[in-house]
Amino acid sequence: MAPAVPRSGDAIFANVERVNAELFTLTYGAIVRQLLTDLEEVEEVNKQLDQMGYNIGIRLIDEFLAKSNVTRCVDFRETAEVIAKVGFKMFLGVTASVTNWDTEGTCCSLILDDNPLVDFVELPDTCQGLYYCNILSGVVRGALEMVSMKTEVTWVRDMLRGDDAFELQVKLLKQVPEEYPYKDDE
Amino acid sequence: MQFFGGSEISPSPPVPTASGNNAHMMYIFNRNGVCLLYREWNRPLRTLDSNQDHKLMFGLLFSLKSLTAKMDPSSTEKGNLGVPQLPGQGCSFHSFRTNTYKLSFMESPSGIKIILVTHPNASDLKESLKYIYNLYVEYVVKNPLYTPGTPIRSELFNTTLDQYVRGLG
Repeated sequence: MAPAVPRSGDAIFANVERVNAELFTLTYGAIVRQLLTDLEEVEEVNKQLDQMGYNIGIRLIDEFLAKSNVTRCVDFRETAEVIAKVGFKMFLGVTASVTNWDTEGTCCSLILDDNPLVDFVELPDTCQGLYYCNILSGVVRGALEMVSMKTEVTWVRDMLRGDDAFELQVKLLKQVPEEYPYKDDE
Repeated sequence: MQFFGGSEISPSPPVPTASGNNAHMMYIFNRNGVCLLYREWNRPLRTLDSNQDHKLMFGLLFSLKSLTAKMDPSSTEKGNLGVPQLPGQGCSFHSFRTNTYKLSFMESPSGIKIILVTHPNASDLKESLKYIYNLYVEYVVKNPLYTPGTPIRSELFNTTLDQYVRGLG
């Protein structure tokens, strides 16, 4: 039996069920709009988007692992490459590039070539503190937590705020190994 | 069986044969030891109550994984036995066989462990376990009413699983 080979992002993207990109963008826009109306505080909306992303991420990881056949990554560099090339391609249809590694190899930046969430979007003056794509940072954080990596994911550059690219910084805080969950006296 | 819409599940499920269930039982655990699913098709002997049985099974596999990784002759690490492992390290064990049954095991990097106990002449079930993992993703993970980390209560998942297992060689 041939060993399982990890499938490339393009191959998987061609096989998964896809939705219309505009529908996706407009739905996401409607969600953010509604959150702004309900919560009013921009900081609160940022936090809520991150939490929503986290809840998505913890489920997304299983789908990712099942469909992409990747084996366990040996180190964080490989993890970042897999997220950028296979993960983003599979779920958003865009690839990202990995840059800005620090000396220890625990912190890197993912630069998105293209961000389907922000098509047609402009931030008004009242929402200048809003991280519109914060759901993505939550998704990455949630997914990595389910594979034993505690990370901190933040937006460094955001085109909606006037920068020239979308840059997501992923910082590995620690790797949490599996522990025997039952106590001995139970 | 076109219940997955456009997405492709690999391997594609085998055609169900007329024979009865080929598997004895199945467990699914998550990384915290919670038994998400226990299915039983053919188990004449039961010695422990279900809680103890789940703990025993989980503990057995946890220790086996640790042991097999430490005894790996091709690995260069010299960790001590009992030290918790990071998911990237160590080799993964697949199955063991006794004269009365064969136990096949698969663990995903996210900690989901799937265990299938079958008759001892079963062929290698790695692809089947992967298929079951795909079923788990489609029916359980994507279900918005399911809370991750709790036991699975999905009739559809159970029926699909039964159908698939019935067709296993």
